[in-house]
Amino acid sequence: MKLNRRLFLGSAAAASASLSAPMAMGAGHGKPRVVVVGGGAGGATAARYIAKDSKGEIDVTLIEPTRTYYTCFFSNLVIGGFRDIQSIGHSYGKMAAGGVNVVHDWATGVDRDAKTVALAGGGSVPYDKLILSPGIDFVDGAVEGWDLSTQNAMPHAYKAGSQTELLKAQIMAMPQGGTFAMVAPPNPFRCPPGPYERVSMVAHYLKNNNPTAKIIIADPKAKFSKFGLFQEGWANHYGGMIDWIGSDFGGDNVSVDAGAMTVTIDGEVTKVDACNVIPAMKAGKIAHDADVTEGNWAPVNAIDMSTKADADVYVLGDSSSQGDMPKSGFSANSQAKVCANAVRGALTGSKVFPAKFSNTCWSLIDTNDGVKVGASYEATDEKIAKVDGFISATGEGADLRKATYEESVGWYAGITADMFG
Amino acid sequence: MILRHLFTATLIGVITSFGAVADGIGDPKKGAKVFKKCKACHQVGEGAKHRVGPQLNGLFGRTAGTLEGFKYSKAMTTAGEDGLVWTDETIAEFVENPKAFIPKSKMSFKGLKKEKDRVNLLAYLQTFSDNPQAVILEEVDADTTDGPALDAAVLALVGDAEYGEYLSGDCKTCHQTSGGDDGIPSIVGWPTEDFVIAMHSYKQKRRPHPVMQMMAGRLSDEEIASLAAYFNALQ
Ligand SMILES: Cc1cc2nc3c(=O)[nH]c(=O)nc-3n(C[C@H](O)[C@H](O)[C@H](O)COP(=O)(O)OP(=O)(O)OC[C@H]3O[C@@H](n4cnc5c(N)ncnc54)[C@H](O)[C@@H]3O)c2cc1C
Repeated sequence: MKLNRRLFLGSAAAASASLSAPMAMGAGHGKPRVVVVGGGAGGATAARYIAKDSKGEIDVTLIEPTRTYYTCFFSNLVIGGFRDIQSIGHSYGKMAAGGVNVVHDWATGVDRDAKTVALAGGGSVPYDKLILSPGIDFVDGAVEGWDLSTQNAMPHAYKAGSQTELLKAQIMAMPQGGTFAMVAPPNPFRCPPGPYERVSMVAHYLKNNNPTAKIIIADPKAKFSKFGLFQEGWANHYGGMIDWIGSDFGGDNVSVDAGAMTVTIDGEVTKVDACNVIPAMKAGKIAHDADVTEGNWAPVNAIDMSTKADADVYVLGDSSSQGDMPKSGFSANSQAKVCANAVRGALTGSKVFPAKFSNTCWSLIDTNDGVKVGASYEATDEKIAKVDGFISATGEGADLRKATYEESVGWYAGITADMFG
Repeated sequence: MILRHLFTATLIGVITSFGAVADGIGDPKKGAKVFKKCKACHQVGEGAKHRVGPQLNGLFGRTAGTLEGFKYSKAMTTAGEDGLVWTDETIAEFVENPKAFIPKSKMSFKGLKKEKDRVNLLAYLQTFSDNPQAVILEEVDADTTDGPALDAAVLALVGDAEYGEYLSGDCKTCHQTSGGDDGIPSIVGWPTEDFVIAMHSYKQKRRPHPVMQMMAGRLSDEEIASLAAYFNALQ
């Protein structure tokens, strides 16, 4: 086996467990091996569930470069001042006890013929089944004037952590009466209500600290998730502060100049003090490197999240193109469990139960004003198809909105415990 | 530690709620309405049994955590051992904010913030301490709000806990298996019957909550039974 040395150092418990377990297969080929790339909402959940449910029968390796995963979910609440950044950081410390080998490294390539994953630190890891859940990357040239070299002047804050803190600091440094601009992304993108929850949180901060400031949003779309709820909330809480410019008003014709700190919308140049550019998105790079993508995303079979390109390579979460589910942490977590069940069944012959998926996305509009949207899904031959859904109503009472917010806090505790143990 | 904390809390409880309980003359009929909030977990009156929470007949004067046949949290048993007795004052304090009064008790209830509600609830519960056969209960039950229409056969289904474990993946995105319950209640260790009734109430849209109505709505009778079996066994 061409296992990287670090693999063994980081996983004493799992390694000793695998030594004491009887070999399931003949010499030269021990236990079936699952490699998971990306320890986020999809990958961490899949790794943990396969290790937990196979009770040592499957060797599970998780490849993830960072030691602390900052959830994008609730990162907008950090910007609004409802959370601090530490409270959304999670370590992989409990993964090894759960039977997962954690390798802190980047996966740099996939050899689908040899069935190995190459690591940036050298060496490669063999797999029988490979699960990719690398989240998103940005489409080059999506917003004129913006690229990764300007991401510190105009942060995306669409991968949480230092980008979140940077954007927050820039908003806090705005002069009184200054202007915050957001360039919103086109569909499909991670977390459909995310940009608009963020605008709400920025407005919340500004209302209390910089009440004469302005917010402009250039949006390539004519409508967005929870449109009515956000519009109502913005009018109620932040009357007049937020100017949303949709595609009908030229919001799709936008360029930025990070040096001059200007945003040009439909020919009109505006000087801004903080600017959040959220470009168009595509599957994480490793999914493209593995050559399981078509266009920007990786098409998968709804029944088990295996890719259309390779039955032994699965793609979860944001990177996948699966049908009706929005790209969310909840969705990725839900898909991971269906996938884990199928992968375990394929490798050990355990019972495979029917695929069921669900999602709920909560958003905070202002203090104790939470809203939600959700749906349940099933696997059909073509796609993951929506079965049933719900959305908060406009005009709901304050008690219900507060309960909805409190529920989201409970969900956050639940999903992060489910991901990291 | 626990002892000191408990008595401090009780003392504060006495000071803040004594006046309220002593001045306000509770109305047991109004209390019966308030009790609807408790009914998902507690029974009281003739034939009352332990459900998610213990039955509440003869509550007044009883030492906390001492009823036969109910599996209390460690926190509740310890509170009883430390001398907590249920009285007007202690019950009022507990239901006002269960988590503050006995942290880590199993009671996942946000609390009755309104003093009037607490006073009325006490008056209602008191009637079952004097006389467990009190009749007020029937009046309340007349306007049934939550009970689902269920075949005895559905209630009798024995679930497959292994299938339940797979299905529970959907629950665990929000409900923590550790029993933690900030904002979302714990569902660990529930009696299977209560679990089944609660899920069917959501499925039949008799209990309000859009997420739960959706989640329960797509589960078959067997699947609900399987989940009930799984969560019942979970510690
Ligand atoms: C502002 C914001 C708010 C959001 N709010 C919510 C919300 O309230 N609810 C909700 O459900 N969702 C929310 N989301 C969406 C949610 O964060 C994503 O949908 C979810 O994280 C997707 O999970 P994933 O596993 O696909 O990717 P991620 O969680 O992004 O995980 C990908 C992981 O892969 C790793 N990785 C990438 N490439 C490699 C490689 N080559 N080798 C090794 N590792 C690699 C990365 O380091 C990362 O840890 C929000 C997103 C944003 C941006």
